[in-house]
Amino acid sequence: MSEPGVLLVLPILVPLAAGALLLVLRERRTAARVVSVAGLVGLLGSAVVLLRAVLEGGILATTLGGWPAPFGITLAADTFSAMLVLVNGVLGLAIGVYALGDVDDATRRLGFAPYFHVLLAGISGAFLTGDLFNLYVWFEVMLIATFGLLVSRPGRAQTDGAVKYVAINLVATTALLVGIGLLYGLTGTLNLADLHGKVARIESGALRDAVAVLLLLAFAVKAALFPLFFWLPASYHTTSVSASAIFAGMLTKVGAYAMFRLLTLVFPQTPGLAIAPLLAVAMLTMVSGVLGAASQTGIRRILSFHIVSQLGYIVLGLALYTRLALTGAVFYLMHHILVKANLFLVGGLIRRAGGSFVLADLGGLYRRAPLLAVLFLVPAGSLAGFPPLSGFWAKLLLILASLEAGQYLAATVALVVGFLTIYSMAKIWIAAFWKPAPHAPPPPAPPAVRALTIAPVAVLAAITVVLGLWPQPFLAVAERAADELLDSTAYVEAVLGKAAR
Amino acid sequence: MSFPLVLLVGLLFSAAAYLMLDRNFVRYLFGLVLLGTAANLVLFVAGRLTPAEPAIVPPGLEAPDDRIANALPQALILTAIVISFALLAFALVLAVRAARDLGTADTDAMRHAEPPPGEGDPEEAL
Repeated sequence: MSEPGVLLVLPILVPLAAGALLLVLRERRTAARVVSVAGLVGLLGSAVVLLRAVLEGGILATTLGGWPAPFGITLAADTFSAMLVLVNGVLGLAIGVYALGDVDDATRRLGFAPYFHVLLAGISGAFLTGDLFNLYVWFEVMLIATFGLLVSRPGRAQTDGAVKYVAINLVATTALLVGIGLLYGLTGTLNLADLHGKVARIESGALRDAVAVLLLLAFAVKAALFPLFFWLPASYHTTSVSASAIFAGMLTKVGAYAMFRLLTLVFPQTPGLAIAPLLAVAMLTMVSGVLGAASQTGIRRILSFHIVSQLGYIVLGLALYTRLALTGAVFYLMHHILVKANLFLVGGLIRRAGGSFVLADLGGLYRRAPLLAVLFLVPAGSLAGFPPLSGFWAKLLLILASLEAGQYLAATVALVVGFLTIYSMAKIWIAAFWKPAPHAPPPPAPPAVRALTIAPVAVLAAITVVLGLWPQPFLAVAERAADELLDSTAYVEAVLGKAAR
Repeated sequence: MSFPLVLLVGLLFSAAAYLMLDRNFVRYLFGLVLLGTAANLVLFVAGRLTPAEPAIVPPGLEAPDDRIANALPQALILTAIVISFALLAFALVLAVRAARDLGTADTDAMRHAEPPPGEGDPEEAL
């Protein structure tokens, strides 16, 4: 295999191998810890090398098994993919370290670590694949790993949450499969780059749009868009903190990524399909998510609804379909993954310091744990869009893009939802940090656990601050990703060779 | 050749939808089985049904002759069957666990992750 081939395969292979090893090492605690961290460092390292290679040499592509594209399964990385793989690596390492301190023995024995690594492999695979059916397979890999993580804690709420998650997600993957079948029937190919050319030659616009809608519907369930998001706040708060953090950070974003790929690469000639309906969906997603959050009283349930509302912003960028909007959406994705996962981790720290996730049972943490207060304020402020944190730039770009496109309603909704996000974050802040504690605090965790759980939160918070104070290099990457999304020529050429066009 | 299969797909989708609207989680899963079967048949029909030979190179030839069937849809369906079998096995075990933990298969009665207002916060128990 050529050198780009190695670069593209490693971010999938490393976590997969680590996951397999961890399955064997379930009873060997120290060895499992070493393998887990080594695998995560390997994933992060391979992601850094991949992004550097893409930024220096342009889009990378390879086909597996030596069959030339479009017959072999293609792996490809443009700036967008490589950047998201890097975010996956950063988040994987942060949450993996946090899990060392946080995951209890029962959850560990039920296989937390192998599922976690396989999930990371599935996410990397979904970002890097250049084949629609292969994308379906990676979604299934992610799905089975998340199933394992969801039931890796015993309890009634856990079982209940898992039932809902499983029920809706199996329907979504079946819809994806039907869409793939119909698209194959229409074009005779499932290679994304090959589809780019062949979808344009489908004679029946109605058939093409029907397939596009079916595929978008499947991804909309995965991305938890209005009105298909109810599974998310029903299940995310029932699993362990570490698992819910990786869910919150990555899962819905893989669905959003697939929508971006589909609408920019496979169905670029149907912007009419995208703009009006997607714009409405984006606004309704923002509003319903933020209102759902306002009605909740548990930290993780509030945060779960905010995932929904934030995805509205990301899809808004896709729906506007301009260079500025896509740049904003790509930057928003990057910022949101890190901030949202970090907030779930902070929620776990609040639970450790205050003994509960429920706001009414919390209090007095500002006095007792000032460091925790700072670690909450950074991601919470960023989520709400306070300057100079990363969320401010992300929201600013999308609102500017809405105004530029003349979508004043969308800009207004984005601003109002941002304001309501402040309300939710302030609600957690006042209840957990300012008001006097209703109960005596639980005994402090052992120092080793404290170090392992606080360090990753601090690092993620530091990244948020860097993204906010020094956004230019990250915006440049996002801009480049947006350019590649808007003009698929380079992607198609990288996969199929120059002769294809 | 395609038309009866297309009818069958329609029939399977309707039966699946009917079963999946049931409140009983087990019936929902049966609906899911039918839905998966319908999806596999869609892949099969989409790959074009032609009277043809298996995609195997005959002895003495370098390449198969031109009457071979399209092997790709079959490969896709095989993959989909394996995956949906694994997921279904998981879902069935989950149904057993739900029956044991929650004492019901009625999805309307499953309110433990999201209890109605006034019945406590689900996160308290965690």
